[in-house]
Amino acid sequence: METEDQTLVQDCTTENLEPSPVQDEYAPVIFSQETVSHIVSIDMMSGKEDRGNILRARASGKGVLTSPFKLLKSNHLGVVLTFAVYKTDLPLRAAPEERIKATVGYLGASYDVPSLVEKLLHQLASKQTIVVNVYDTTDASLPINMYGPNITDTGLLHISNLDFGDPARKHEMHCRFKQRPPLPWTAILASVGILVITLLLGHIFHAAVNRIAKVEDDFRKMEDLKSRAEAADRAKSQFLATVSHEIRTPMNGVLGMLQMLMDTDLDANQQDYAQTAHDSGKDLISLINEVLDQAKIESGRLELETVPFNLRTILDNVLSLFSGKSCEKGIELAVYVSYQVPEVIIGDPGRFRQTITNLVGNSIKFTNDKGHVFVSVHVVDELWVGPLGVGDEVLRQGPSNTLSGFPVVNRWKSWENFKILNSTEEKIRLLVTVEDTGVGIPLDAQSRIFTPFMQADSSTSRTYGGTGIGLSVSNCLVNLMEGEIGFVSEPGIGSTFSFTAAFGIGEMISQETKWQKNEISVSEFEGLRALVVDGRTIRAEVVRYHLRRLGISVDVAFSLEYACSYISSSCNGSESAHVAMVLVDRDSWSIETDPTFHNLLEEFRELSRTKYPECPPKIFLLSKTLSSTECHELKSAASVDGIILKPLRLSILVACFQEALGIGKKKLSLSNKRKLPTLENLLKGKRILVVDDNKVNRRVAEGTLKKYGAFVLCVESGKAAIPMLEPPHNFDACFMDLQMPEMDGFEATRQIREMEYKFNEKIEGGEASREMFGNVGSWHTPILAMTADLIQANNEECMKCGMDDYVSKPFEEEQLYSAVARFYQSG
Amino acid sequence: MLGFGVERLRADMNRLLALLFHQGVLDEQFLQLQQLQDETSPNFVSEVVNIYFHESEKLLRNLRGLLLDREFSDYKKMGIHINQFMGSSSSIGAKRIRNICVAFRAASEQNNRAGCLRALELLEHEYCYLKNKFHELFQMEQQRLLAAGARYPVQN
Repeated sequence: METEDQTLVQDCTTENLEPSPVQDEYAPVIFSQETVSHIVSIDMMSGKEDRGNILRARASGKGVLTSPFKLLKSNHLGVVLTFAVYKTDLPLRAAPEERIKATVGYLGASYDVPSLVEKLLHQLASKQTIVVNVYDTTDASLPINMYGPNITDTGLLHISNLDFGDPARKHEMHCRFKQRPPLPWTAILASVGILVITLLLGHIFHAAVNRIAKVEDDFRKMEDLKSRAEAADRAKSQFLATVSHEIRTPMNGVLGMLQMLMDTDLDANQQDYAQTAHDSGKDLISLINEVLDQAKIESGRLELETVPFNLRTILDNVLSLFSGKSCEKGIELAVYVSYQVPEVIIGDPGRFRQTITNLVGNSIKFTNDKGHVFVSVHVVDELWVGPLGVGDEVLRQGPSNTLSGFPVVNRWKSWENFKILNSTEEKIRLLVTVEDTGVGIPLDAQSRIFTPFMQADSSTSRTYGGTGIGLSVSNCLVNLMEGEIGFVSEPGIGSTFSFTAAFGIGEMISQETKWQKNEISVSEFEGLRALVVDGRTIRAEVVRYHLRRLGISVDVAFSLEYACSYISSSCNGSESAHVAMVLVDRDSWSIETDPTFHNLLEEFRELSRTKYPECPPKIFLLSKTLSSTECHELKSAASVDGIILKPLRLSILVACFQEALGIGKKKLSLSNKRKLPTLENLLKGKRILVVDDNKVNRRVAEGTLKKYGAFVLCVESGKAAIPMLEPPHNFDACFMDLQMPEMDGFEATRQIREMEYKFNEKIEGGEASREMFGNVGSWHTPILAMTADLIQANNEECMKCGMDDYVSKPFEEEQLYSAVARFYQSG
Repeated sequence: MLGFGVERLRADMNRLLALLFHQGVLDEQFLQLQQLQDETSPNFVSEVVNIYFHESEKLLRNLRGLLLDREFSDYKKMGIHINQFMGSSSSIGAKRIRNICVAFRAASEQNNRAGCLRALELLEHEYCYLKNKFHELFQMEQQRLLAAGARYPVQN
């Protein structure tokens, strides 16, 4: 039986086929598919592979595969699958010989692997170019490449098994991408980017957290430091306050005692001494305040007040403060205020005074035993040279024309660096100059004298004392007063300090208010004329300034000879030329050195006596210091009528003039005991009835009331008092004791009031005319209760029986005053 | 020589007064009294003090008489006397005496006879002391006036 099978011979082309040789068996192809029609009639057993396959197939009864070999016609690599077809149904475990016997034919299929794979791949068309390799891996160590190019290892490999149905053979298919996949740049970059961003974010976060931690740390440190600084500041303030309190308390004790001393009876000298001691005490307190000011200035807490004050009075006060010291040292101390400076200015008098005190104190400190300290005040507008030159003598200051004759530095240099030298409408700017003939400031120290606690030299404190803050405080104060401060100094000649300050212009205080304030009344000297004999112009100007404050007009003569000629030449009998006083400076009083002086003096006296017979001018000597013996001699020799000690102050001048000219002594007593006048005013001339059973009380009450100028009548009991107070009577008031035997004060008052009521009714009713009862419409005598026991004196009870008030027994001045004042206020 | 004595006497007087103040025998009211003395009433203080002594002696005698009486019961009357004594003592500034009077009055208000007796004894004691001191003062004052009188012609 012939079977159809398809087998392909290994290396056989159709043209080369020959008729098959004679063999026992043949296996020709009878039927075939059209695709492989070229193998019809080819003996499949002719190929070695095929033969082996067929034999194996019929023996095993299963499908068998050949190993890959080149197929006919296409020459592709392929495999053949062969099945044996049997005649009869064979049992499953049939022996191979039985199988061979039963074989009728064969069935075969060829697999053209490349085209197979290609067709498969076609169906799987994908974007990537896939490289497929098919291997026969029956022998694992030697895979036979059936399809596909030779290996180029490009990475990923996908291996899958192919099963053609023959368990004896293994086939594998390897798939890989033709090209290596490109590096996934997007992914890489993105992830790198994200990583970087994350890192950056982390870094920022970390940095922020660090920073916050650091800032918090710093903040805590600052808080700590701040609290420490505040504590230190508080401690300093507390320390300063405590120290100042500790020092101020005993000082106030001293001042209080001095005040009490001044309230007692003192003569003019004692009053002056006590006053100076009091002022010195006050200045000591201000020195303490200066140190406190330094502290205040450092912490920027200083403020100036704006009150009206009199500049000239302030300067006088400063002078009195230093008068002792300057007399001790033999230095001449003088002050001069230009006429253009208004009388009242508005500013801070205390600070202004402090500044001047500092400068003058310094000058005095550094000036020894010769020369002068000269304070002058001008308005800055005076500095601008008008067509006639600078009008003021003092300002002009020639080289040898100084106060004491000793050379001084040029004052104009001290303000040459000032920027503002003019006044405005609301504010007047004053220029204050303090000039001295002291040791001067060494040139190298001049740059730092305004620095606090800096002195010119380390030895300065030792030699001259002081703490070195005066000038820095002055500097600050001047700046606060909107001014500038400057100086010029030459060692060996002296120093001149100048400063400007702005003040408001005040209104003139009337004479009345001045007198009420107990200031020196100038009216008594108004219109008088004086002659000043002094060789030095500036000194004469100073005297002129002081006298002009009192309203006295002044003429200057350079020496006694000139004075004589002046007196003889002035017009006869004109009131205005009447010279009331002559002030001669000690330097011009050369009675010891000049033998002819005495004669000159006599001549002068003669002239003045003939000229003004009714009232010859008094001669005063102006001197720096004079021992008491000299004073006595001059006074007792009757050559002078008074000696005025320098530095000139208004109070001293007034006192001397008053004493010599005998004007106005009353004022001294009025300044004490200010309360008495008012009680006196109330009670003076009043008639008072005193009712008390106790003789001692009666006497004391009488004495007290008499002191105030009242007329007193005493009666022993209430009974005696009633008829005395029957209207009409002359009494203005009645002091009634409460605790009296027989009839006490309440009962007596009740009866008196009843009496008065009856009489008032009569008058109103027209029964009796007013004239009958002393022209008083309504009788009500003020009755004051006197009681030793204030608690028992129940106000209500007093008022109930008609009393007007009560006072304590014995009398207390203030209580008495307030009780009496209540009645007599309107009259 | 005479002038020297005036100063000494004045100093002595002041010392005595200071002592009296210090002891609390006198107070400021006495100073006020002194101030009332001037040219118009030159003997004011001595006048008042003499009146005081006169009155006080009367009062003390009365008080002693009342208390010594065994059947004494009129405390009210005693109270009146005490008030009078207290009043005059305050007027001249006899502080201690006044304080004793206050105690005396309290005792009499409580009808405490023993207390009153005690107070009266104290009162008499204090009164004698004050009287002596005042006499001293006045003596010194008189001497001073005499001594000062010698100076008058020199002064103007």
